[in-house]
Amino acid sequence: MSRLNIFVGHYGSGKTEVSLNYAMELKKQGKDVIIVDLDIVNAFYRTKDAEKILNEAGIEVITPQYANTNVDIPALPADIFKIFTDKSKTIVIDVGGDDDGAVALGRFFGYISQEDYKLNLVVNTKRPLTDTKENIILMLRDIESCSRLKVNGIINNSNLSYDTTTALISEGEKTVKAAADELGVEFVFTAVKEELYDEYLKLTDAKVFPLKKYLKMPWQIQ
Amino acid sequence: MEKLLMKGNEAIAEAAIRAGCLRFYGYPITPQTEVSAYMSKKMPKVGGLFMQAESEIAAINMVYGSAAAGVRAMTSSSSPGISLKAEGISYIAGADLPCVVLNIVRGGPGLGGIQPAQSDYFQATKGLAHGDFQLVVLAPSSIQECVDLTYEAFDIADQYRMPVMLIGDGMLGQMMEPVTFPEEYKGRDLPEKTWATNGTQMKRKHNVVNSLYIEPNELEKLVVERYKKYDYIKETEVKYETENIKDADVVLVAYGTIARIAKSAMQKARNEGIKVGLIRPITLWPFPEKIISETAKKAKSFLAVEMSMGQMVEDVRLAVNGQADVHFYGRTGGVIPTPDEVYNKIIEIAGGAK
Repeated sequence: MSRLNIFVGHYGSGKTEVSLNYAMELKKQGKDVIIVDLDIVNAFYRTKDAEKILNEAGIEVITPQYANTNVDIPALPADIFKIFTDKSKTIVIDVGGDDDGAVALGRFFGYISQEDYKLNLVVNTKRPLTDTKENIILMLRDIESCSRLKVNGIINNSNLSYDTTTALISEGEKTVKAAADELGVEFVFTAVKEELYDEYLKLTDAKVFPLKKYLKMPWQIQ
Repeated sequence: MEKLLMKGNEAIAEAAIRAGCLRFYGYPITPQTEVSAYMSKKMPKVGGLFMQAESEIAAINMVYGSAAAGVRAMTSSSSPGISLKAEGISYIAGADLPCVVLNIVRGGPGLGGIQPAQSDYFQATKGLAHGDFQLVVLAPSSIQECVDLTYEAFDIADQYRMPVMLIGDGMLGQMMEPVTFPEEYKGRDLPEKTWATNGTQMKRKHNVVNSLYIEPNELEKLVVERYKKYDYIKETEVKYETENIKDADVVLVAYGTIARIAKSAMQKARNEGIKVGLIRPITLWPFPEKIISETAKKAKSFLAVEMSMGQMVEDVRLAVNGQADVHFYGRTGGVIPTPDEVYNKIIEIAGGAK
């Protein structure tokens, strides 16, 4: 298993939800985890929103200095560098959407490329720009060229929020697997919300990763 | 119809294109930049045009030009940018031209902040710019409604030859929900744009687009005519949603995303046996006065919930017209009220938990 676990993808592919859950899972396995919110392109619905839950779970959170404030500038904090120097930590990096978001990752190319990293592309085939094998490959290429790193894992996170069905997830898995096969990249897992986890296990032979919903909408009573 | 998972900003852009919008003039500002980003990718593919203007003022005047030529045109911005567009919108209203303007509202005044707000209600419904004029203002509260009202906005604009504003906030612009687009949209039967400055083909007189009138009497006549149109719109275009109002003692009035928060608070109160209802204005102008006035005959209290210091509450008070108490709960500056805060206010009004 790699020490650096990086999640990239299209806007709204579910990178943040997958990253949060992945960090929680690593923590459960006894790892000393730091999660980094590297999203410099989207001011809303981000890792920072789950900071309290993560801290309570004993996970350190590093976010852009001005995240969730009105300062609309993408300043990354200096203590981000400790993720590369303190090798005892296991790192989860939640990168901003598209190639635009991946630019921030490219800035750390020199550090990341020194290590055995896992760079996962999160794909939701119900998002219009990653709906086909061809579009997934285009998105992957754009992100690779901006980050200067190689995507070496693909995750199926196909969903329609509260309208998700297992049939839809399964269809997404086929498309995402086809893209992974064509690229010769590992298909890592299909992410499935908890409620559908057991049902989905019966439908697939792929690895399935359960997702707990940590980010709630403002109208959902906490 | 295939369901897709889309952000509010993307869904509005896609719906606009599908509704036949062929010209989009943008200028970036958080939290609506995805509209421009989406348009820049998609417009060239449908034979339309996306242009990033040099300023908001330029963008709205480009809309003015395209609208005059009879083409469906749109611009979008967020609060400070809408203030910059105000002059142009007044000219478009004064020239009786159709267009759609999207405002994804952020905290204000001034540069304010980038988080969600509803503090542009007065601006949108009463005093956007100089002169006697109105915009139809549509306030979606879900991503599907963003899609549906975008189609509607273009039709209303064309039917009445006037600017229509879609109003949302950063929550709506950025959140994702499943949406479907109609396979084939059957819009309204719209009159031909015989007034458009799209070339005479040597078959008719020149059409003139203008908002300058030398004679006061001529201008007055035109404005009075325009207000007859507004009266007609008030009669025919009001849209709202109600829930649980029949037996309600306390009626919440909230629009956009805040209506969803109010709804959660209402459900919590109902579980406690407190009779709470909700009126959600979908058109902010024309405001749903009649339903509020009728509901006020039975209900004891009204509670307007807004992300502002209290703007729509004035229209609620006018519509209630002394028939019931009118209360207000709001957060501002980009702070979103929680369902619990609204619930606590309901308890306060209802006189303590039963």
